[in-house]
Amino acid sequence: MMKINKHLEERIMKGLMVASLALVVGSLVAILGTVLAKGLPALNWAMLTQTPKGGYYLGKEGGILNAITGSLVLVAAATALSFFPALAVVLYLHLFAKHNRLLDLTRLSLDVLWSVPSIVYGAFGFTLMLMLGLRASLLGGIIALALLEFPVMIRTMDEVLLMVPHELKEVSYAMGATRLETAVRVVLRQAAPGLLTAVLLACGRGIGDAASVLFTAGYTDRMPTTLLRPVASLPLAVFFQLGTPVPQVQERAYASALVLTVIVLALSLGARSLTRRLSRHIIH
Amino acid sequence: MAHNQNLRRLKDRSAGHVMGGLTWVAATLVIAIGLALLARAQPLLDLQPLGSLLTSSEWSPLRGQFGFFPFIVGTLAVTLLAMFLAVPPCLLTAIYLAEYAPARLRQSVKPAIDVLAGIPSVVYGVWGTLTVVPVIRDYVTPWVSRTLGFIPLFRADNPTGYGVLAGGVVLAVMVFPIIISVTEEVIRAVPFGMREAALALGATRWQMIKTVVLRRARPGVIAAVVLGFSRAFGETMAVMMVTGNVAQIPRSIFDPAYTLPALIANNYGEMMSIPLYDAALLAAALVLLIVVLIFTIIARIVLAQAIKSAA
Repeated sequence: MMKINKHLEERIMKGLMVASLALVVGSLVAILGTVLAKGLPALNWAMLTQTPKGGYYLGKEGGILNAITGSLVLVAAATALSFFPALAVVLYLHLFAKHNRLLDLTRLSLDVLWSVPSIVYGAFGFTLMLMLGLRASLLGGIIALALLEFPVMIRTMDEVLLMVPHELKEVSYAMGATRLETAVRVVLRQAAPGLLTAVLLACGRGIGDAASVLFTAGYTDRMPTTLLRPVASLPLAVFFQLGTPVPQVQERAYASALVLTVIVLALSLGARSLTRRLSRHIIH
Repeated sequence: MAHNQNLRRLKDRSAGHVMGGLTWVAATLVIAIGLALLARAQPLLDLQPLGSLLTSSEWSPLRGQFGFFPFIVGTLAVTLLAMFLAVPPCLLTAIYLAEYAPARLRQSVKPAIDVLAGIPSVVYGVWGTLTVVPVIRDYVTPWVSRTLGFIPLFRADNPTGYGVLAGGVVLAVMVFPIIISVTEEVIRAVPFGMREAALALGATRWQMIKTVVLRRARPGVIAAVVLGFSRAFGETMAVMMVTGNVAQIPRSIFDPAYTLPALIANNYGEMMSIPLYDAALLAAALVLLIVVLIFTIIARIVLAQAIKSAA
């Protein structure tokens, strides 16, 4: 009797596990499916190539080129801004810092930074802008997004540098190279594909984030031109268009969501395949 | 040659100082964020101490009343419901991936979970308004109010579908990736020999998992759940798009709720035109930061120790 029970329990639990896995994968399929099914019919060439014309938010013609360009500019600049500090921090942790409790504390602090909600980065960016006398602008958005991407970049780069074999560094030191020379000529070369992955992942996180740019970048129907003017972004285009009562505009929100999802997926798949392709040339 | 040697050493040392300085900045950035928010919130905190802000229910910015209580309850309600919905399937999935799944299945599921983690929160919000809200409005609310409506927690006074349940469902899916990946990592850290000992005694796989693996991994699993909680607690856009945003204390899972992050995001437009409004919203951001900080630090410390002691 006992024996039957334990095998029955095993079966039930395994069934529940498979069902849970199906639920998790199924929700991904449901989300992507919904966005595709609702977004694709509403998507057209004009949406991708035009800025909003007069009456756009009442259903008249135009597109979201302002938001697409705005997002790309915001993310490119924010990623560039956070790349070098993040790289410096990670190289310091791996090559310069001595292993002690301070290092553990720094790692803990970076982990905490990673989980700070994006709305808090937005609020902090806003206080920085007040300090500098800035209004909602491209520059403000870049600062907030750079802050948001910084911990993502550090964490991914940290994992990349952990994969660099210890012997490689020791060989370099044994040849008389300094830590800086080892960092630049050996570690960076070895870690380059991984660093690219970190950049793409940070871009993906940055381009999809709405809460941090909400009050730092503002929104506009024009194309971005200068650093001190507001800039549109894709996540906010989705949000604002969905918030209007006009059905055609809501459909454009679905199309915008599809565009955003495709960009984010392309970045994440790109990161994955680049890692695989480029890592053939590094030493394992 | 000697000169060259000195130059190289000098470069090395100065690079070290610069990088060390940047590392210090990065490590203390959280504190800087907290202090900046505190400085901006100070004018309000001078008038009303934090304790009374957190426990007051009156929210009328024009009269200078900033009570966070309904928003805190709203955030907790949505977040706790999300955890209640997310934790069982996440644990089962993580156990399956770590203990049962063949390597090929695991390798194809992991990217899917990464994709789930990468989907922007507005897209979750769009999915919520298109799928979750209508299902709750058309099927769940009528059915539950017919069968369980006598229980206050399930009373359906709100027929729109926008409310605590919709927020909870969307948030639950959003925290799947973090809970699953951390739990799986913790389960994998349990040494192999212990499993073999249990199996050799005639235990089935599940018995072995229940008595050996889960007992050993418990602190880490709790840490994974806490990390999921703190991720959910600060989530803004997706939640704001499906919870209805009414500043009242929700009494049932169908009632609308207004979360703290949504409060900040919805009112940034007016905050510079009403006195103390900006201080109130930045105080709300500070509260959010502190809650997330406390939970994350506890989870990370528990997790680091759990992985160290399991191995």
